[in-house]
Amino acid sequence: MTTSFTFPKNTFSKGGVHPLECKELTAGKAIEVMPVPAELELVLTQHIGAPCTPNVAKKDELEEGAVIAEVTKGLGVPVHSPVAGKVKSIGTSTHPMQVSTPSITIVVDREASAAEYTKKEWQNEDPQVLLGKVRDAGIIGIGGAGFPTHVKLAPPKNMKIDTLVLNGAECEPYITADQRHMVEHPAEIIEGARIILRILGISHCIIGIESNKPDAIDALTKAASEHGDSACQIEVRSLEVKYPQGSEKQLIESVTGRKVPAYALPSAIGVVVQNVSTAKAIYDAVVFEKPLYEKVITVSGRGIERPANLLVKVGTKVQDVVDYLGGIRPGLKKIVLGGPMMGFAVSTLDIPITKTTSSILFLTEDEIDTSPHSACIRCGWCLDACPMGLEPKEVGIYVEANHAEETEPFGVFECFECGSCAYVCPAKRPLVQFVRLAKMKAKRNQ
Amino acid sequence: MSEQQVQETPSAAPAGLWKVSVSPHVKSNESVEKIMWTVFACLVPPLILSVFVFGIQVLFIAAVSVASCMAVEVISQKSLGREVTVRDGSAALTGMLIAFVVPPGVSPLLPVLAAIFAIYIGKHIMGGIGYNFFNPALLGRAFLLASFPVAMTSAWLQPIEPLAIFSYLSTADAVTTATPLAVLKDQGPEAFAQMFGEGASLYTSFFLGWRPGCIGETSGFLMVLGGAFLLYKRYITWHIPVSVLGTIAILTWIFGGQEYFGGDPLLAILSGGALLGAIYMATCYVTSPSNKKAQIAYGIGIGVLTVLIRLKGGYPEGICYAILLMNPLSTVLDGWFKQKRFALPQGAEK
Repeated sequence: MTTSFTFPKNTFSKGGVHPLECKELTAGKAIEVMPVPAELELVLTQHIGAPCTPNVAKKDELEEGAVIAEVTKGLGVPVHSPVAGKVKSIGTSTHPMQVSTPSITIVVDREASAAEYTKKEWQNEDPQVLLGKVRDAGIIGIGGAGFPTHVKLAPPKNMKIDTLVLNGAECEPYITADQRHMVEHPAEIIEGARIILRILGISHCIIGIESNKPDAIDALTKAASEHGDSACQIEVRSLEVKYPQGSEKQLIESVTGRKVPAYALPSAIGVVVQNVSTAKAIYDAVVFEKPLYEKVITVSGRGIERPANLLVKVGTKVQDVVDYLGGIRPGLKKIVLGGPMMGFAVSTLDIPITKTTSSILFLTEDEIDTSPHSACIRCGWCLDACPMGLEPKEVGIYVEANHAEETEPFGVFECFECGSCAYVCPAKRPLVQFVRLAKMKAKRNQ
Repeated sequence: MSEQQVQETPSAAPAGLWKVSVSPHVKSNESVEKIMWTVFACLVPPLILSVFVFGIQVLFIAAVSVASCMAVEVISQKSLGREVTVRDGSAALTGMLIAFVVPPGVSPLLPVLAAIFAIYIGKHIMGGIGYNFFNPALLGRAFLLASFPVAMTSAWLQPIEPLAIFSYLSTADAVTTATPLAVLKDQGPEAFAQMFGEGASLYTSFFLGWRPGCIGETSGFLMVLGGAFLLYKRYITWHIPVSVLGTIAILTWIFGGQEYFGGDPLLAILSGGALLGAIYMATCYVTSPSNKKAQIAYGIGIGVLTVLIRLKGGYPEGICYAILLMNPLSTVLDGWFKQKRFALPQGAEK
């Protein structure tokens, strides 16, 4: 099959589902700055990979924005102190995805005034210098994966990059953090895009936004025409509302018509993808040299008293957010960090927000599904829903029959766990869980 | 659950742990139960019509069939030490379909025996819902055809006058007849035309359902209507019904007449159980392929076998055995016609 370069469609070609959007709870609410709690707990695995090593000691006094942990092995970015304060302890804390992880607890200095940052010229800086600033600011993919951004912005030399795709799809239900970013900071996002283009040495950028966010599309289209410059071509594309529109491979196909081959990275077909909020963070990092230590999160669901879009310091605990928003409502059943389709359910409120936390959802009985699963009836709906063309039902049947290690031919390693299959399954089978088990077993066998 | 404690003291330090599970945390509203009972509901109008065509006893046959399938399901699952899932409606649906594929004049004992065979041997011995190779209802019918060949091939009733539904309460009064396909096969087209008429009136009566046949199969109109509803609900897709019916129509047109290209494709679809089979039986999730291309191949296979049995086989009607013969091939077809993976480079798959 030939890939079309000239007639990109506004959506991806295979699979996808339409879960209830539920964005109305927070879509119209402006980003609100949450007061800093008394203590912050910064986990040292904000990104994918090995934890950072602390370079501060107990009782050290810290400036706002000071580096408190550095990368000593593997890929990663430093962690910064979001406030002026004092190191209370260096220990471990609960992590949304890992069971526990090293962390630094900081007692906030109430007397200190907020740090001030001044605007700097970047237009004539060397791309390598800009890349260094992105790294030093501790920027990672805010969309959720947490991959260090400076690594993504430095693709292998043999890959010829020609297009930057900014991800404003925000296809997960409930979450509106990117939407609010786009509506409230369109000029910053466009400038961030121009910085990324300079780092990559290219001139073409496409911003993909699902059509259920007309305010964001308008704001960015306007900003792109006002703040663009003749050297770069930035276009805003309205995309069909279909989950998982914001998945990297699906988004690239939607906006460029190109398909990233299985087991390959987008750079293989000349594309780099960044989240719109990451572009905003890059803007802050380069123009103000302000590290990434604040985060816009959506707090939503019918289980929280006052749903909101909040600007919080990284390290704020879920409990603090709950207290600030008036507590939880009766009927709350599940707390999810991230979206309802791919997020992680957490068992406690005593959990710190990381750079990759995009939302905290407080879901009640009628919003979630807890019905027990039954046998696969082979309806094949999961095959139709899978955006990667895989066979989730087979994986489930094999895992249940204790043959998980034989599931590789069904493509388990191509599965990015979007959950479309489990969403449509009428037998309510936990297909993502089956796939994860299959991946673990198949990997062990290799 | 400790959740309660947390809810009572929302701002206090965590008093307990919240429930966790793997994503996705939201699910669609569809369920196996909903699908099965919706299909069941689609079969109610044809049953009601059948009461007017063949008499009130068909209602009794259907009730006995549904009740015995559900009872056998409960007994099977209890005896096999499994969870009882009779509420999911699959047994009730099988019961309804068994009633639909027996002649209207059979003894109510027959559906009971079919239920035992279909549900216990055809479904639960094979592993329960999702693991059966054969469509249980058709397996029940095949069992009856093999065990009670006389009853199953002669208990046909002549359609009755409207509003005379109680006249057949005593089956002694019933006028037995032959099915259209049997007449066509055994006595030829002249006898067929004499018995069932010709042209538009023939099509109209067959389409509405005023013809001899099994309890549920006679009304093409209600079959198509139910199928359209299931398509609208996206419980079935066009692939299997269209490929089955298309193949039957084309092959009958070519080979079904006195000379080549002289057959009557419309009659072929409206007679026998073609519509019932194509829309309600061949689309059974468990026993049909899941990949769309495999479904088309499966449908074509059913169509070919149906016409082969109708024209060359010993039975006037063939779709029941055609589906049963294709059922075990489903997994093979699924393996042959896999859906395309997203940008899988050639040779990357094992």
